[in-house]
Amino acid sequence: MGMTITEKILADHAGEKFVEPGQFVNVKLDLVLANDITGPVAIKEFKKLNTPQVFNREKIALVPDHFTPNKDIQSAQQAKELREFAKEQELTNYFEVGEMGIEHALLPEKGLVLPGDLVIGADSHTCTYGALGAFSTGVGSTDLAAGMALGETWLMVPESIKFVFKGKLKPWVSGKDLILYTIGQIGVDGALYKAMEFTGEAIEELSMDGRFTMTNMAIEAGAKNGIIAPDEKTIAYVRERAKRPYKVFSSDPDAKYAQIFEFDASDIEPQVAFPHSPANTKPISEAAGIPIDQAVIGSCTNGRIEDLRITAQILKGKKVSPYTRLIIIPGTQEIYRQAVKEGLVEIFLDAGAVVSTPTCGPCLGGHMGILAEGEKCIATTNRNFRGRMGHVTSEIYLASPAVAAASAVKGRIAAPEEVR
Amino acid sequence: MNLKGKAWKFGNDIDTDVIIPARYLNTSDPAELAKHCMEDIDANFSRKVEKGDLIIAGDNFGCGSSREHAPISIKAAGVSCIIAKSFARIFFRNAINIGLPILICPEAAEKIAEGDQVEVDLAAGSIKNLTKNEVYQAQPFPPFMQEIISAGGLIPYVDQKRREKS
Ligand code: SF4
Repeated sequence: MGMTITEKILADHAGEKFVEPGQFVNVKLDLVLANDITGPVAIKEFKKLNTPQVFNREKIALVPDHFTPNKDIQSAQQAKELREFAKEQELTNYFEVGEMGIEHALLPEKGLVLPGDLVIGADSHTCTYGALGAFSTGVGSTDLAAGMALGETWLMVPESIKFVFKGKLKPWVSGKDLILYTIGQIGVDGALYKAMEFTGEAIEELSMDGRFTMTNMAIEAGAKNGIIAPDEKTIAYVRERAKRPYKVFSSDPDAKYAQIFEFDASDIEPQVAFPHSPANTKPISEAAGIPIDQAVIGSCTNGRIEDLRITAQILKGKKVSPYTRLIIIPGTQEIYRQAVKEGLVEIFLDAGAVVSTPTCGPCLGGHMGILAEGEKCIATTNRNFRGRMGHVTSEIYLASPAVAAASAVKGRIAAPEEVR
Repeated sequence: MNLKGKAWKFGNDIDTDVIIPARYLNTSDPAELAKHCMEDIDANFSRKVEKGDLIIAGDNFGCGSSREHAPISIKAAGVSCIIAKSFARIFFRNAINIGLPILICPEAAEKIAEGDQVEVDLAAGSIKNLTKNEVYQAQPFPPFMQEIISAGGLIPYVDQKRREKS
């Protein structure tokens, strides 16, 4: 019987020929990731071990990205714990402010995750790396501590759901719109414990950046991982970054799926997820007009170079609406540099946007754009939970960079066509 | 281990941002986190909840972030057990790993009302509603997790495993 790509990667790392959903497997880890929030908790647990030594100092990545550059004394303390641990264990993949980026934009860019890898991270959006054809999933800090010590972890082989996107995308429709649409269709627990596998003509057409956006939000449907089989685009992306060999897997034609969804991508409009759930999606035609106080373009979902290029395309020669704040956050230093080189940052500044150094910042209500009572924000981030970006009565609308940028110009939720 | 207390009911998709908002994540001190447990859904929860009390919830409890601070804050607030129709995957692992008992039982989640007195026998997976005089049966843990629980959590379990290896 055939296996899915997810099953094949798990089998490969468990040293098995065949695995099936529901089976518990012990798997070897290619990379273990933590940040400045989850890292300190993991380190505390790790130090309770008898001989606290990491299994491999090259296979652990620590990225202080959430509250950095340190937003207050307590967060400075947490970042310090991460730094001290990296020094003490002589970790090769610690990324200091100035080198760091938002973890899920940074690790693929650095070639630290490759096709066929198995990665756990103490961050729920670790599922992002599925866009490379890797199995990656979020865990908590204690799981991470165990992973750092053993270089392995236990997992249950998930059932897979296949999403086939036929047809071509309409103008201004992006990976973000496809994933918001999908979550809207299946709900925030529509893929609970399962693997979401994305295929079809529209997925092939997406750039790597667009694919990362899609797998990033698999967790928003409760999934264990999101995955896209590698193709030429994937290989082109990793070729210049990989410093070690990798394996390319794909699903067998007779692989078994719990469910198969077929969507016609050419029917999908830009999407907006209304408060307070990523599944509360509506097409832009039903969202346009809602006044906003702030727009945020960034995060591990949409802070990549393509996102910034689209943002610049919308903003060029335009101004952000009066009394509206537009905050743009490149995902990594590399993306930031590229945006400067291409003149994108100048377009942003001319439009009246602020551009920040890479940080998670407002995405989790950390800093750099917290919302006051009753304020409304359109964001390219991945969660619009109650209070996520600030006051508990504030509201977050999730959308693509094109929609967020157009909305910033209009001061209300707007379709890209209204501006361009 | 027997757990007994009053039931506090919550709905579906209770996410980690309402369990413990990120604005409090600049600390990992359990007592500090406990003060803000469930704050964005019930501002007074941490003052009302008493040691031993249980949380009863619907589907997908603990969805969202991987922050272990969520189960830590619930445990430190005095909650002895969470019973839900289903749990988000990462929350489920985290709860087991830090020794916060959780049970999946749709029947109990339906029938237990806010304020009911509830007693849980974890080993047997049985849930007694003392107020309504009813008993519900939860799914038992898979053997894999029972091993972790009996070792006293994931960290002692790992120590044990590393000793076996060397
Ligand atoms: S950008 Fe937002 S979702 Fe992504 S890792 Fe940072 S806080 Fe989490």
